[in-house]
Amino acid sequence: MRHLLSISDLDAKAAISILDTATELARVSDGAVKKLPTLRGRTIVNLFAEDSTRTRISFEAAAKRLSADVINFSAKGSSLSKGESLKDTALTLQAMGADAVIIRHNASGAPARLANSQWMLGSVINAGDGTHEHPSQALLDAFTIRKHLGKGSPDLAGLRVVIVGDVLHSRVARSNVLLLSLLGASVTLVAPPTLLPVGVESWPVKVSYDFDSVIESADVVMMLRLQQERMSELFLPNTREYSRYFGLNGDRMKLMAPHAIIMHPGPMNRGLEIAAEVADSARSVIVEQVANGVSVRMAILYVLLAGQSLEAGVM
Amino acid sequence: MSSPTYLLKGGRLPDGAISDLLISNGVIASVAQNISHPDAEVLDLSGSVILPGLVDLHTHLRQPGLEDAETVLSASRAGAKGGFTALSAMANSSPVADNAGVVEQVYRLGQEAGYLDVFPIGAVTMGLKGESLSEIGAMADSKARVRVFSDDGNCVHDPLIMRRALEYIKKFDGVIAQHAQDPRLTIDAQMNEGDVSAILGLRGWPAVAEEAIIARDVLLAAHVKSRLHICHVTTAGGVEIIRWAKARGIDVTAEVTPHHLLLTDELARSYDPIFKVNPPLRTEHDVNALREGLADGTIDIVATDHAPHTMESKECEWAQASFGMLGLETALSIVVKTMIETKLMDWSGVADRLSTAPARIGRYSGQGKNLAVGSNANLMVINPDTTWMVDRDLGQSKSRNTPFHGYELPGVVTHTFFNGRPTLLAGHLLNSVSPE
Repeated sequence: MRHLLSISDLDAKAAISILDTATELARVSDGAVKKLPTLRGRTIVNLFAEDSTRTRISFEAAAKRLSADVINFSAKGSSLSKGESLKDTALTLQAMGADAVIIRHNASGAPARLANSQWMLGSVINAGDGTHEHPSQALLDAFTIRKHLGKGSPDLAGLRVVIVGDVLHSRVARSNVLLLSLLGASVTLVAPPTLLPVGVESWPVKVSYDFDSVIESADVVMMLRLQQERMSELFLPNTREYSRYFGLNGDRMKLMAPHAIIMHPGPMNRGLEIAAEVADSARSVIVEQVANGVSVRMAILYVLLAGQSLEAGVM
Repeated sequence: MSSPTYLLKGGRLPDGAISDLLISNGVIASVAQNISHPDAEVLDLSGSVILPGLVDLHTHLRQPGLEDAETVLSASRAGAKGGFTALSAMANSSPVADNAGVVEQVYRLGQEAGYLDVFPIGAVTMGLKGESLSEIGAMADSKARVRVFSDDGNCVHDPLIMRRALEYIKKFDGVIAQHAQDPRLTIDAQMNEGDVSAILGLRGWPAVAEEAIIARDVLLAAHVKSRLHICHVTTAGGVEIIRWAKARGIDVTAEVTPHHLLLTDELARSYDPIFKVNPPLRTEHDVNALREGLADGTIDIVATDHAPHTMESKECEWAQASFGMLGLETALSIVVKTMIETKLMDWSGVADRLSTAPARIGRYSGQGKNLAVGSNANLMVINPDTTWMVDRDLGQSKSRNTPFHGYELPGVVTHTFFNGRPTLLAGHLLNSVSPE
């Protein structure tokens, strides 16, 4: 595997291998010496054509813990904001000898364009492209779910995950649907009909418009961010109505099974899709998702660039 | 000086008959068995098919204004290479062809190029803005004799303006060629809305946005008893509505592009904008409905929607890329592949859909005459039993945005005659064509 553009690049074995590698690498991060020499001398570029502090920092920390040289290339103030084409940017990165490019872009498919053109030769890792996919987020979500509810199983067989919110515009949802179903979980999408894509019928999911009818049986409730501009784009009447039907508030949280956890990819709109008391509750693993993100992204870089996975007990 | 005489020996005519054909003084002088002529240059066409010169009702020549992508001359050469003897220059040039000056300029450029007839299409509304009618009468009465009016690229979406345009053109026996796309249902639309767009996260262009406009406009055309042409139909539902309208006697015609007869939205999975086109590639179900519609005459013609774009407008992210594909040099081969090889249509059907019918819709006298003795010698020859490999670097167009690069396609166009003179002879495009 050279690139990670979509979860569809992975089969179950490859996905589990990344999660297992992340487990081993997390152990390293907990140790006294956090750094591994694995990627010493390799150059990794963070190409962030769209603002994203948390994902960029997470990948940067992951690369540095593997001793790679990291170059940050962000939208604001760079040639990207001066109208330079993706092609010219790629040619520049190739000339600088980038071994891997981690790309965040507002255009769906921009990472695929980088990977499939002849513009550059390095690995391409999709760090979120438009409304397409965000595979590293899905992997860290699966990692987090497995840690809490996996009961030692390598996959997520039998777990019921409910994903709630703006599925239409969510790259997190697309990657999670693919990965969670690949790992054996059953996924239910809950959203207003306007925020589900035409074609969702062909996805390996159940669809519900009624949050309350599915929340009781969920092992995981994953909330998605709702952008304010969806109101002006006529997807919804107003935010109050959205919160009432699709928000996770304290009363609704009480319907959840005792063991069930709450996730959110961030950044949260507290009071809109998720109430503050829920986000800060004991069920919430939202902060832990961020911590796990570094280990999972280390694993992605490890598998792609070192060309191997880490099995338990090898180190 | 009279033009040279050519004797085409042993070619197959659209009706299947093997015949000789004599071209002399710019006209088809004879169609018969065993013609002999002392001074004629003899071309052995055994195994080849002779068709009336192809007529494209939908071409973007990009001149004036976008000469980096194409010129009237380069498009004319591409057309001759593809077997065309007439193109129709869409109005979305810069400046827009919404007045007599621009259409006369394009018409004159076509005559100067000399490879084929270039018939300018006039804009329906000023600046293609959809707000007020363009100078329709002045364009109709100009030297360009415009009869086809279209805002192609944009839809004439205001129903009142569409009604008025349909009414007004009756004075000139004109036709409105509608780009059927409801703008509100297709804001920032990138590709067909369906299973593939759902996965790719590209904003959908739903079939209903095309079908709703077709339905509205056939009803308007019926109400004001005018002539309507639907550009590039892409959906099974659109075909159904047109079939219904024709059954009711409504004066509507329709076109399909070669690429919509072959390609589907599955190709968008590559995110390669070479497959980005407007209206978008649809599903296999739609492709099959379009082929059936073309075969049974619901769809009257094949038109290329040849849309040249410079490299930089395709070498980028999908969402930033321009819509459009080249079509002139591959059109007939795609029709052979999708309609002849599938036995959905015969060669007389091809002659009708790519020559006779478009010439009739555009009121292009001198074109689409189906090899009648005495008519202008506008014809072309294809060898249907040979194949060729499409190479984007070897095309005549100034642009390279063909979606068929690397395809092996059936049917090699070997000769094109325009008003009795060869523009393509034994596969070689003539570098200059002397005007009459």
